Amino acid sequence: MAVVSSTNSTVMNNVEAVRATLYEAMKNDERTVILGEDVGARGNVFLITKDFIGEFGERRVIDTPIAEASIVGIAVGMAMEGLRPIAEIQFADFIYPSFNQIVGEAAKIRYRSNGEYTCPLVIRTPYGGGVRGALSHSVSIEALFYHVPGLKIVAPAFPDDVKGLLNAAIDDPDPVLFLEHKKTYRLIKGEVPDGHYTIPLGKANIRKAGTQLTVVSYGLYLHWALEAAERLAQEGLSVEVLDLRSIRPMDKTAILNSVEKTRKLLIVHEDNKFGGIGAEISAMVAEEALFSLDAPIRRLCGPDVPSMGYALPLEEEFMSSPAEMADAMRAMVKF
Amino acid sequence: MPQLGETVTEGTVAQWLKSVGDSVDKYEDFVEVSTDKVNAGVPSPVTGTIRELLVKEGETVATGTPIAVIDEVGAASAPAPAPPATSAAAAAPAPRAAQPSPSAPSPNGSPAPAASAVSELELEGALRGASPAVRRLAREHRIDIRAIKGSGSNGRVTADDVLAAARTGAPTPHAPAAAAAATVPPGTRTSTYAQPIPGTSISLVQARKIIAERMVESKHTAPHAWSMVQIDVTNVWKWRAREKDRFERETGYKLTLLPFFIRAVVESLAAFPLMNARFVPATAGGPPSIYVNDEVNIGIAIGLPANLVVPVVRGADKLSIKGLAVKGGELIDRARKNKLGVDDLAGGTFTVNNNGANGSWASAPIINGGQAGIVTMETVLKTVVVRDDDSLAIRSMMNSCLSLDHRVVDGYVASGFLAELKRRLEAMGPQGDL
Repeated sequence: MAVVSSTNSTVMNNVEAVRATLYEAMKNDERTVILGEDVGARGNVFLITKDFIGEFGERRVIDTPIAEASIVGIAVGMAMEGLRPIAEIQFADFIYPSFNQIVGEAAKIRYRSNGEYTCPLVIRTPYGGGVRGALSHSVSIEALFYHVPGLKIVAPAFPDDVKGLLNAAIDDPDPVLFLEHKKTYRLIKGEVPDGHYTIPLGKANIRKAGTQLTVVSYGLYLHWALEAAERLAQEGLSVEVLDLRSIRPMDKTAILNSVEKTRKLLIVHEDNKFGGIGAEISAMVAEEALFSLDAPIRRLCGPDVPSMGYALPLEEEFMSSPAEMADAMRAMVKF
Repeated sequence: MPQLGETVTEGTVAQWLKSVGDSVDKYEDFVEVSTDKVNAGVPSPVTGTIRELLVKEGETVATGTPIAVIDEVGAASAPAPAPPATSAAAAAPAPRAAQPSPSAPSPNGSPAPAASAVSELELEGALRGASPAVRRLAREHRIDIRAIKGSGSNGRVTADDVLAAARTGAPTPHAPAAAAAATVPPGTRTSTYAQPIPGTSISLVQARKIIAERMVESKHTAPHAWSMVQIDVTNVWKWRAREKDRFERETGYKLTLLPFFIRAVVESLAAFPLMNARFVPATAGGPPSIYVNDEVNIGIAIGLPANLVVPVVRGADKLSIKGLAVKGGELIDRARKNKLGVDDLAGGTFTVNNNGANGSWASAPIINGGQAGIVTMETVLKTVVVRDDDSLAIRSMMNSCLSLDHRVVDGYVASGFLAELKRRLEAMGPQGDL
């Protein structure tokens, strides 16, 4: 399955990158523990932890009851007492029962204990739509946790970032919410450098350089934005695409540098527009770079509805598309 | 042209319910279409502003043919929003206060001119679509935005246009007025009222000086008191909507709420003559007195980018709503073209300030010197109101604010006047003769 190339890297898809990184973490550090629903005997619903239980044993690969508050609560205790737990919420749609453990406990441990305790916890969860997942397997949850100081949120789009950022999340002394877009799991392949490496949390990455418009995105939409930007390149229009990678901390410097260059900003994300990640980025840019803006900031985001429906037209109505993104980019470049 | 029936292939525009520049709400009917089967209003697919009407009334076109262009609110490709107003009167930036009585000679003996209103007005137009980046770059490179041909959508001047102009030797901002130039050392950047530069001084044109002096004088000598009343203008608003297209066809002027309001004001002044009076200070010749005017001359405050003018509708009590609309439209038109004469500006006895055009909800205007009061029209807002029978209703409500010279009248008269104004305006419409 994995192909080793001549430059000491391996081609993987996103789900393989998660699996490979978790495997290395389990191998390299005995403090690492994986817990969640079906992570053991079943090997995770996407087979990310397949055979882990056989190799590392059921004390380190723990099948939990269907009780998300317990999964995170137990992981918080493990993290405070010296383990390196990686908790899994099977689908992001199920994370709500653990909200209090994440927001009320994990994110506040360091502050509450005056630095005596930290909470080196990673919570992984697959999120996002476009897979006919309907109400319980499609949701984006980042904005719900975005507001919370003490919590880092990571949402890589490419396999090399998955590995580097997951390693950084595991090393981080504080809780990290690690979001994996499930539609990109097998769709997106790429070269992943061999060996252990980390990518700093809170650093965005210019995936495509351009001069006339800055597009900020992450996750599945980042790939669609790149596709749309390619279309515009064929029309002679130059769009810069910034992959946030880390949603929080926000890489203000990268966003501002790019906007100061292109003078226009489009934010695209799948999560709902109202009160979303794009709202914070818009406000930040309006506060810090108003006099660089040559067009109103625009957000192309999920509509203000409770969920995407199961029916294909309803899902398509919720989701954007490379064509819609290209239209928005074109209008902004030509503004 | 929508398809108004399965077998219908064409439709006739019976009547446009909106004109170019009008705003339209999503689902609000904006055109009436007739076919051989039905007559029907067509709801707007978006909220926005009518940019273009492509089909004339009476014309028949195939279904699917574009009949109008609507700039959607918030669309990135839309041009800079037009002033949120449907009339020349409302389009004028709302002034906060009245102009000094221009018939009085200014300190240097000449009548108060309306300043360089035309050039300032044009500048305002060009600047309206200029983004923050364009304004900053133009300031940094000393470029006159008005002189650049825009390459953006709808001719918008883009940041790149400014930079290109800077590279190719740019048109610089127009020379300041001679008087201003004389006082500024060569090489110093100069500000104008319409293009202020932080850290620099603006030399006042004559009109601005007089405004400043008169405002201070009025505020210092006339003790201002303030009151506000909320008026239900739903019916008069409907009346206006019913009449406005025909009125514009017949007279060439837009029909705004202003003439209805002025009509209610003059009727209320008739009921409270003390509001149409002025305080005469003590002089060597005699004790102070209050002179009750025998004419009703209504000043209309019109804000221009660089100053404020208050042309006067003389004998306003003898004009119908239609007459007030025509006279007002003519004055506003001339004010915006800087063509008001001294006679147009003289003799006001009471002032009306249409302050709501830009969304103001309440304001405390300064009284025009030599008058007893000034009353404002604030923005019209759809509001849920509880009616006398405890039912809820959505009504178009407008605040009207009154500043009064407390030397002339007390709260008793002023609140009586406001109550009368409210009662009369609420009694107007929804139909009748203008």
